[in-house]
Amino acid sequence: MSVKIDETLTVECETGNYHTFCPISCVSWLYQKIEDSFFLVVGTKTCGYFLQNALGVMIFAEPRYAMAELEEGDISAQLNDYEGLKKLCIRIKKDRDPSVIIWIGTCTTEIIKMDLEGMAPKLEWEIGIPILVARANGLDYAFTQGEDTVLAAMAHRCPEPEFSVRERKETIQNFFISHSRKKEELVEYANHPSLVLFGSLPSNVASQLNLELKRQSIKVSGWLPAQKYTDLPSLGDGVYVCGVNPFLSRTATTLIRREKCQLIEAPFPIGPDGTRAWIEKICPIFGIEPQGLEEREERIWESLKDYLDLVRDKSVFFMGDNLLEVSLARFLIRCGMIVHEIGIPYMDKRYQAAELSLLQDTCMKMRVPIPRIVEKPDNSNQIRRIRE
Amino acid sequence: MKLAYWMYAGPAHIGTLRVASSFKNVHAIMHAPLGDDYFNVMRSMLERERDFTAATASIVDRHVLARGSQERVVDNILRKDKEEHPDLIILTPTCTSSILQEDLQNFVNRASIISDSDVIFADVDHYQVNEIQAADRTLEQVVRYYLDRCHRQEKWDQFLTDAPSVNIIGIFTLGFHNQHDCRELRRLLRDLDIQINQIIPEGGSVEELQNLPKAWFNLIPYREVGLMTAMYLNKEYGMPYISTAPMGAVDMAEWIRQIQKNVNTLALSSSSKRVDYEPYIDGQTRFVSQAAWFSRSIDCQNLTGKETVVFGDTTHAASITKILVREMGIRVSCAGTYCKHDAEWFKEQIQGFCDEILITDDHAEVGDMIAHMEPSAIFGTQMERHIGKRLDIPCGVISAPVHIQNFPLGYRPFLGYEGTNQIADLVYNSFALGMEDHLLDIFGGHDTKEIISKSLSTDIGLIWNPESRLELSKIPRFAREKVERNTEKFARQKGIETITVEVMYAAKEALNT
Repeated sequence: MSVKIDETLTVECETGNYHTFCPISCVSWLYQKIEDSFFLVVGTKTCGYFLQNALGVMIFAEPRYAMAELEEGDISAQLNDYEGLKKLCIRIKKDRDPSVIIWIGTCTTEIIKMDLEGMAPKLEWEIGIPILVARANGLDYAFTQGEDTVLAAMAHRCPEPEFSVRERKETIQNFFISHSRKKEELVEYANHPSLVLFGSLPSNVASQLNLELKRQSIKVSGWLPAQKYTDLPSLGDGVYVCGVNPFLSRTATTLIRREKCQLIEAPFPIGPDGTRAWIEKICPIFGIEPQGLEEREERIWESLKDYLDLVRDKSVFFMGDNLLEVSLARFLIRCGMIVHEIGIPYMDKRYQAAELSLLQDTCMKMRVPIPRIVEKPDNSNQIRRIRE
Repeated sequence: MKLAYWMYAGPAHIGTLRVASSFKNVHAIMHAPLGDDYFNVMRSMLERERDFTAATASIVDRHVLARGSQERVVDNILRKDKEEHPDLIILTPTCTSSILQEDLQNFVNRASIISDSDVIFADVDHYQVNEIQAADRTLEQVVRYYLDRCHRQEKWDQFLTDAPSVNIIGIFTLGFHNQHDCRELRRLLRDLDIQINQIIPEGGSVEELQNLPKAWFNLIPYREVGLMTAMYLNKEYGMPYISTAPMGAVDMAEWIRQIQKNVNTLALSSSSKRVDYEPYIDGQTRFVSQAAWFSRSIDCQNLTGKETVVFGDTTHAASITKILVREMGIRVSCAGTYCKHDAEWFKEQIQGFCDEILITDDHAEVGDMIAHMEPSAIFGTQMERHIGKRLDIPCGVISAPVHIQNFPLGYRPFLGYEGTNQIADLVYNSFALGMEDHLLDIFGGHDTKEIISKSLSTDIGLIWNPESRLELSKIPRFAREKVERNTEKFARQKGIETITVEVMYAAKEALNT
C-alpha cells in the first residue's frame, strides 16, 4: 500500500505551557569556555538556587560565577544599585582579576527596570575592567538563547579588522618559513577573506572543526567566543561569519547589521550529514571545491552501523526545550528513525532556513513524512498526542 | 545586594511546591516566567521520582508584563481542573511574579467559583521567608483551610479513635532521608501498638484532613516544618504534640516516654489500658540498636575526645551534636545552624554540649570557622563536605541541602533505632576513612605499582609535535594517559612517526569502529 508522503513543511505555534530551562543556565557552560571571564548574575534567590542545582558539583570548584542577590531594599529602590554593583565588582576584581565581567540580567531586573546598560560603561571606566551586559531573562528567551544574548553583546567588543592586512601578510610569511623548515608540515591555505565562526563549543570540538576546514584549505581567523576574552576575533566589513549552533539568531543579526559582516547560511555541523552540508556551503563562498567529503561521511556512517541497526524505524517525539531540535531531528531521520513531531521554544525561520531545507531533503531521501514543527508547544497537549 | 553563590535554603516557592506535590491529587500552578519551574526536574533527578510532577507554570512573559495576566491565570487553573481533576489547586507566585503585585488572590476567588476543585492562594512573602519557612506556612494554610471549612459546615466527627493513634506531620518530598525515616517511624509505632491516623503531607489526601483531630496526638519529627500546623491543631483542637526528634538513643527513649505519657493521660478517659514502654526502650537500646554497644567498644573509644564541627538544619545539627557528645564521647568544638529564625531554640538545646555556637547562612563564614577550628571530622551539609575536601578533613553529611546521594535507593533512616545504627556507622566511617589516608602516608604510601610499568612508551621513534602536545594537555588528567596510549598504538599500526593533531583525531575515530 503506497502512502503519499507529505512534502510540505508546516510550522505551527501553540503558545502553550511547556518546560524549558531559564536562559541564565548559559552561565554554566560559558564560564568554562571563556577562561578569563567572570559572570555576575543579577537576580533573586530563585535564580541562585537554580544555578546551584544546575552547576551541581561544579559549584564547589569556585566557578567564575556569582549571584548579585537582590534583596527587598534593592527591589523597592531604597538602595542605590550602582553603588551595590560597584562594591561587588571591586571585590570580584580583587579576588579573581578577570579580563571581563559579564552582567547577566534576569526577569527581576527587567521588571524593576534596572538600567544595567546605563551603569555598565560608567563602572567599567571606574574600575578598569570591561563590563558586558547580556539580558538573558525568561520573559523573552529560553534556555540556550542565553548564549545568544551573551555572544550578541560580546560581538560589539570585537576589534575592527585594521590589522587584517598585516595578518594576511604574516600568514604568507609564515607559509614560506615553515615551507623551508619542515616539508612534511606544509600548511597551505588558500587566499581568502577572513572567516570567523560563532558559537560556544568545547575547545577540542572547535579544533576538529578548524581541522575539517583546514583540509579544504580554509583558515578560520577566530571564534566568537574565543577561549580567552582577550583573543576576540576581528569583525567588520568584509569578514565572513558562520554559526555552529542553531539558536544564535540574534548574534547573527547583530553581526550582519552592527558589525557589517557577511553571514554564510548553512545547516549546522551536527551529525556527519550536517557537518558535510556545513562545509559544502562554506567552500563555494571562497571559490573552493570541497574534496573528499562524500567518502568521509560514508566512513562515519559505516562506523555507526551497529547503532543504526538499533534505532532504525524506531520513532521519536521532540517535546522541545533547547532549540537544537530541528538539527537533531534531521540527523535522526537520516539515521533511519521516524520523527513524529518537533517541539521547539522558538525558531528563527531565516537563520535556520538552510537547516529546514536540509530537513526537507533528508525526509524525501529517507522517504518519510516531514514532521510538523510546533513552536512554544503545550506539554499536556503533547502528551495527549503521544498517546494517540 | 549581596554576593552569593550557594544558599542553604531555597527560595520560598520551592517550599510551597514541596508541600503541594507531596499530597496526593493536589496540583500546583506557579505564576512564573519560563524556567522557574525547575522544581520538577529536581524531583526526577534528586529524588528519582518516576512520574511527572503535578506542577505547571502559568507563564509570565512580556505580554503579562505589559498588560497583566488578565484571563491567563484563571484559564490555566480551570484547565488543570478539567484535565487532572485534582482535589486542590494551589497557586503560588515566585520571586519575580511577586514584584508584579498582581492580585492573585482575586484570580483564585474567581476560579474557585467555577472549578470543581478547591483553589488556594499560597500566601507567602518571597522576600521575607525561605524554603523551609514557606513549607511550614503552606502546610498550615492547607490544613487550616480544610479544617475551618469542615468546622463551618459542622460536619466534623468529634470523637477520638478508640485505640491510641497519632498523626505524623512533616514528612514530604525532597526532604533529607524523609522516606526512610517515615518507614522507620511506622515500624516503631507498630511495635508500640499505636495506629497511624494520617501522615501529612507525603501521600496524604486533602479530603482526609478533616479527620486529623481524631488522633490522640501529633508527632513532629522535624521541627523546621510541621510545627506551625501542630501549634494550630493544639490551639484550636487541644491536640497535644511531641516535637522532640527521635534521633539517637537518648532522645529515642525520651520520645517514647513522652508518647507513653500522652497515651496514658488519654487512656484514662477512654477504655484503653495503660502502657509501659520501659522494657521496650531497654530492649531496643541494648540489643536491637547496635550503636550503644559499639560506642563502648575499643574501636569507638579511639574517637573519645576527638574534635568535630557540626552544621545543618536545627533538627539534625542539634541531634547530631547531642549524639556525638552524650553517646560517643566525641567533642564538638562548634555547632551551628543556618535556620536563623529558630536560633533561640537551637542555642538552648545545645547549651553545654559544645564550645561555640555559630548561627549564619553564609557558607564562607562556616568555611572560615572550620579552617580555624581544624577539627578531625565535620558533620554538615553538602557544602561542608566540599569544604572538608578542600581542607582535607573527612565529612559526613547529616542535613539538607540535598544532593542525589541523600536519596539513597537503600534503606537509610536517621530516625529510630535503625537510625542510631546508621548514624554510628556514618560517624565511625568518617573518622576511619580520614585516618586511613594518614596511615598510608605515614607507613610509606600506596602500592608499589610504579615498578609495574603499564605503558609501552619505552618505544623510541614516536614524536609528539608541539601542537599535539598542547592538545593532549587540554584533556583532563584522568583521561590523558588512555588517549596517549591509544594514539601511540594507532600511530604504530599505521607506521606514523610524528604524531600531529590530525593523527590524534584519526586515532579517536578509529577507536569507535
